Amino acid sequence: MSDEDILTGLAEIINEITGRPTASVVASASFTDDLDIDSLSMVEVAVAAEERFGVKIPDEALAKLKTVQDAIDFIKSAGVPA
Amino acid sequence: MTSRQDIRVLVTGVGAVTPVGDDAQSSWEALLAGTSGVTRLDDRFEWMEPLPVKIGAMVPTEPGDRLDRVEARNMDRSVRLALLAFREAWADAGKPDCAKERLATVIGTGIGGITTLLDQYDIFKEKGARRVSPFTIPMMMPNSPAATIALEVGAGAGTRTPVSACGSGSEAIAMALELLRTGRIDVIVAGSTESIFHPLPMVGFSNMRALSTRNDEPERASRPWDTDRDGFVLAEGAGIVILETEEHAKARGAKVYAELAGGGITSDGYHITAPDPSGTGAAAAMTLAMADAGLRPEDIDYINAHGTSTPVGDVAEIDAIKLAFGTHARSFPISSTKSMTGHSLGAAGAIEAVVVAQSIRDSKIHPTINRDKPDEACDLDVVPEGQRDLSIRAALSNSFGFGGHNITLAFRRYDG
Repeated sequence: MSDEDILTGLAEIINEITGRPTASVVASASFTDDLDIDSLSMVEVAVAAEERFGVKIPDEALAKLKTVQDAIDFIKSAGVPA
Repeated sequence: MTSRQDIRVLVTGVGAVTPVGDDAQSSWEALLAGTSGVTRLDDRFEWMEPLPVKIGAMVPTEPGDRLDRVEARNMDRSVRLALLAFREAWADAGKPDCAKERLATVIGTGIGGITTLLDQYDIFKEKGARRVSPFTIPMMMPNSPAATIALEVGAGAGTRTPVSACGSGSEAIAMALELLRTGRIDVIVAGSTESIFHPLPMVGFSNMRALSTRNDEPERASRPWDTDRDGFVLAEGAGIVILETEEHAKARGAKVYAELAGGGITSDGYHITAPDPSGTGAAAAMTLAMADAGLRPEDIDYINAHGTSTPVGDVAEIDAIKLAFGTHARSFPISSTKSMTGHSLGAAGAIEAVVVAQSIRDSKIHPTINRDKPDEACDLDVVPEGQRDLSIRAALSNSFGFGGHNITLAFRRYDG
């Protein structure tokens, strides 16, 4: 799965949960500062991403995901088949 | 310094979502017309199939459809209803400008976000702990409606949630009156909400034999003071009033529905669910409310009764009115909103406060529907024939709740 595919998936999840337009979910965007996602909503995003991408995102890892690119990198390294 | 006796409290806005209307005005018109909001629900809820009760009273439009999707997403249905009623009431009051530290919310509920709780437990069992919503707690906590509205309106003078079963709505309004009389608060968003259409609470009430099983005639199932009444009809809804000190309301030229003149709260100390048959506690609530308002029994022109359509409760309320008013009990009408809306538990008292405010404003009272065969033990004027024109100087609204709660609110026409 390409970065682009993961980005598209994350954008759809974030739109569903927060109502932010998918176009605003760019790789450089910060979850808190740019996308205004609070800690509870971030848990929802992570659980939805786990389900969609078939990965596990432990809480320690989640805490380190500051930007959308961080999440893309983690999801790729966590084993989404290319 | 103003003493508490000098502070008068006015109703300057109303909002409601009820089984007979999506807002306060359409609900009021439906009530005047004698419209029932009770329907069969077993086509909507498969789980009702094995239950003896297949009827209930739900609001006309899905509350989630009237809110922004994302906004509604993490709100229990009872919170959605409260928010809709609040927005209507706040707009109706002209969105009063009030300093954050002098603005409060007091929003009750009988049961709270129980459908959220039970739905999330189903997810826990079926899909595992990870899938339980991180919003479960803020969605289900009983103070969620009060807190959600406080967030939206910017209330900083406290967010309170009285819980007294079916007395919660009236208790919230009585509490708001006391708070406004302290002189520390200018405006309070007060009211209550409830929505518990889920198999477990439904079975709970059903197994108490509290609910009507008149499934074949849903619109005739809620029949307070009728010989053939067989229990209440479960309903949902929300009612909100904007309460404001006279000083604050006058300064901004607010329109006024009525004065909230007094409140009376007592407890039976008799049984966890059954009303005290002597009616002492309920009568005392009415007497206290009148005394608090500076009203005499002969000043009362109308009582909006609790009137739930249960065999025991309906007689107990009539006896309590007779105890509180003596022979004067026969000189004014009483009617039951629940004959049409069903019983929305914690929301009922707040919805009925809205109704009393509208009754005073329009000099009209709604009927009690379905009172076809009068119960001899309930021989007061319960307005069975249809709406009535009635100039109201002062009115009471009664609410009683499981646990032995008795709450009466006293309203008075406000002539400036």
